[in-house]
Amino acid sequence: MTRKSRPILSMVASRVGLGVLSLIIVSLVIFSAVAMLPGSYASAILGQNATPEAVAAMEEQLGLNEPWFLRYLGWLGAAATGDMGMSFAGRPVMDVIGPRLINTVVLASITAVIAVPVSILLGILCARFRGRFIDKFLSTSTLASISVPEFFVAYIVMMVLAVKLQLFPSMAGIRASMDWGDQLYRMVLPILTLLLVILAHMVRNTRAAILSVMASPYIEMARLKGEPESRVVMRQALPNAIGPIASVVALNLAYLISGVVVIEVVFVYPGVGQAMIDAVRNRDVPVIQACALIFAAAYIGFNLIADVISIISNPRLLHPR
Amino acid sequence: MNESHHHQIDALAHGLRRGTLSRREFLLRTSALLAASAAATLPGAARAEDTPKQGGLFRLGLHNASQNDNLDPGTWSTSWTGAGFNGGIFNNLVEILPDGSVAGDLAESWEPSEAAKVWRFKLKSGITFHDGRGLRAEDVRQSIEHHMKPDSTSGGRAIVEQIDSIATEGDDVVIFTLKEGNADFPYLLSDYHLSILPAAEGGGIDMSGNGTGAFKLESFEPGIATKLVRNPNYHKPLPYFDEVEFISIPDATARLNALLTGEVDFIQDIDIRNVSMIEGSSDFHVQRVPGLRHFSFDMDTRVAPFDNPDVRLALKYALDRDDIIEKVFLGEGRKGNDNPVSQIQKFSHEMPQREYSIEKAKEHLAKAGLETITVELHVAENAFAGAIEAAVLYAEHAAPAGITINVVREAADGYWENVWLKKPFAAVDWFGRATVDWLFSTIYTSDAPWNAGWSNARFDELHALARAETDDAKRTAYYAEMQQIVHDEGNILTVAFVDWRNAISNNIGYGQVGGLMPLDNMRICERWWRKD
Repeated sequence: MTRKSRPILSMVASRVGLGVLSLIIVSLVIFSAVAMLPGSYASAILGQNATPEAVAAMEEQLGLNEPWFLRYLGWLGAAATGDMGMSFAGRPVMDVIGPRLINTVVLASITAVIAVPVSILLGILCARFRGRFIDKFLSTSTLASISVPEFFVAYIVMMVLAVKLQLFPSMAGIRASMDWGDQLYRMVLPILTLLLVILAHMVRNTRAAILSVMASPYIEMARLKGEPESRVVMRQALPNAIGPIASVVALNLAYLISGVVVIEVVFVYPGVGQAMIDAVRNRDVPVIQACALIFAAAYIGFNLIADVISIISNPRLLHPR
Repeated sequence: MNESHHHQIDALAHGLRRGTLSRREFLLRTSALLAASAAATLPGAARAEDTPKQGGLFRLGLHNASQNDNLDPGTWSTSWTGAGFNGGIFNNLVEILPDGSVAGDLAESWEPSEAAKVWRFKLKSGITFHDGRGLRAEDVRQSIEHHMKPDSTSGGRAIVEQIDSIATEGDDVVIFTLKEGNADFPYLLSDYHLSILPAAEGGGIDMSGNGTGAFKLESFEPGIATKLVRNPNYHKPLPYFDEVEFISIPDATARLNALLTGEVDFIQDIDIRNVSMIEGSSDFHVQRVPGLRHFSFDMDTRVAPFDNPDVRLALKYALDRDDIIEKVFLGEGRKGNDNPVSQIQKFSHEMPQREYSIEKAKEHLAKAGLETITVELHVAENAFAGAIEAAVLYAEHAAPAGITINVVREAADGYWENVWLKKPFAAVDWFGRATVDWLFSTIYTSDAPWNAGWSNARFDELHALARAETDDAKRTAYYAEMQQIVHDEGNILTVAFVDWRNAISNNIGYGQVGGLMPLDNMRICERWWRKD
């Protein structure tokens, strides 16, 4: 047992190390890209009040007249100790994005809790009844929902359920002052839209992963030995398809954290994606950096978990050729 | 147009569809109705059938909230903070009434002395902050000095720079001493940055949201929502609403959806392409309030060929404003006349409209000793809405006069940093300024911070004369001459003035609406009411 778990632990440790390195590179890229953008926080905020004196005073107070790499190093040093710094408007960065991050995580969690089991189940069904009606129906409908942009799905959902049937509010603008039931009620449409978007992706990949395993000789063998088809899928094929399924689930979970900006905008959901757009518009670098770090960490973290699951389910991966 | 007219037109349209009404009859009868309602639809006109009612919730869906918004008046720059904080929970010494005149708000009266250099303001008595504390002159002094600190980053800095010192006399008199006379000083004090906040213990101001305004701040989530509740002890017989909620909706489509599904009662700055959709509904209407905002093409007169006044006039005559307003702005705009002063402004000077004329353009080119010229006009999609299309049309208009305009498309990001005031001929979106003096001293006098490269000695001289003059008749004459100079020799081609274009639920009532600033001069919360 100890011989087996140690290589996994060291693998996890090295992956985490690489993840941290990736985060630093991402933050460097973002910081330098923002520094290259035309315009500055001072002129963006002051707008038509941006007289040269006011801009100069603001830039000096924010330390924006220092070279960008010095500012980057200062920021990196603070971030390493867990201090995300102050936004240019003088609020702690975590105060700015904290509540929004919670909103995003709540939306993502509810969606994931529904989407992951349902999509794996549907994927298995499709694989088991390959070529039959349910497979054809799900393949076609998921292909359709994958092929249209997510904002289009959002507008269709909104038109039918909010405008025509008036079952749900068109705006998911939840606020801290609302109670849980009210918040959940307002979140129905964005959750539904996200479900349609990620279900399609996960169902198709689960189906494909199982079917590719089903083409292996050992499945043929199991069938020849007289195993019932359901048992072949569940006992023989599924365990060997867990790796690819875990990767696609991880990818979709990371998308739920970092990629739902469009859905947030359409439904006016106060998530972290909108916080980042707002920060980019104002050139509020500390907030942009914090958002970028959160997004990158979500991607790296979920992929790390998927890797570990794949390796546990298939220890051969510990010894890459 | 009021609701009954809406319904009558709906009925007529129904008749037309069923065939019980001929197309001709439909047109005749609707145009009669439209004429009848024209008086009521005149922007800003009071609608007599609406008597304000007390009560209800008013929800505004605005695009310009930011997670960086806060309660420091120096940081405010949007209608979200202007109408929500300044107009909702605070007051200034004075306010600008819908007709554009200035009236006391916290101040009862004021008088200038020493050629408008010293201003003595007397406060109304009995005004209290939301926490019950009485308003004192010291609060006013601290609130204005907040923007005057040497390292101030306040948006109101340009205004308070004119102030030399502030003194108080007892608890109800504030005396401002200016660096030089300014007859418009009371006007400037209406700027939304210059809200009056309570002085804090040990100097400075208390920026916790405690104001004298019509509403108390109930909750504020930056970038998401602001909730206000009625202040029962307000010093005016206002407001009408019990509660007001500002809701951030950054996306234009989402904003329109929110209005159509009844999530909000009011949205700002609607897209011209959505106007007909809203006007076709019986539940909403489009409100157009003439404002100061104008779209222009500006020239740097230090650079050839713009240094020649005749070339400038040729370029002005070669622009067909009607064509651009019709095709680019879909009729939503008021024709510019190469004068940056809006018709709604005090001291606005009426001049004959400059019309599109190829002959006159050629004539002025000939006077400049030229037959043809080629100029580059720099634009970007955010220079003003429709700037690129307008510039392309302008190039077509000018071609027959021998003027070749090469339209240079610039990147939208960074346009204001890299193109505006840097390229000699560029499109600009001007928000205007509440007073003519302020407008001229920001953009047109030789020492103005945003002077795009035009100076005129007589103009500068008149500006100084008018600023220190308190006799309105003399000022009118000075400003008329200044506007004539800009019209004839200036560096600005005003394409159009645009209205504040809002879409509003028919359940909301309002009287005359001010347009010097958005949202009824930022005081929408206390001036509007619910009808249902």
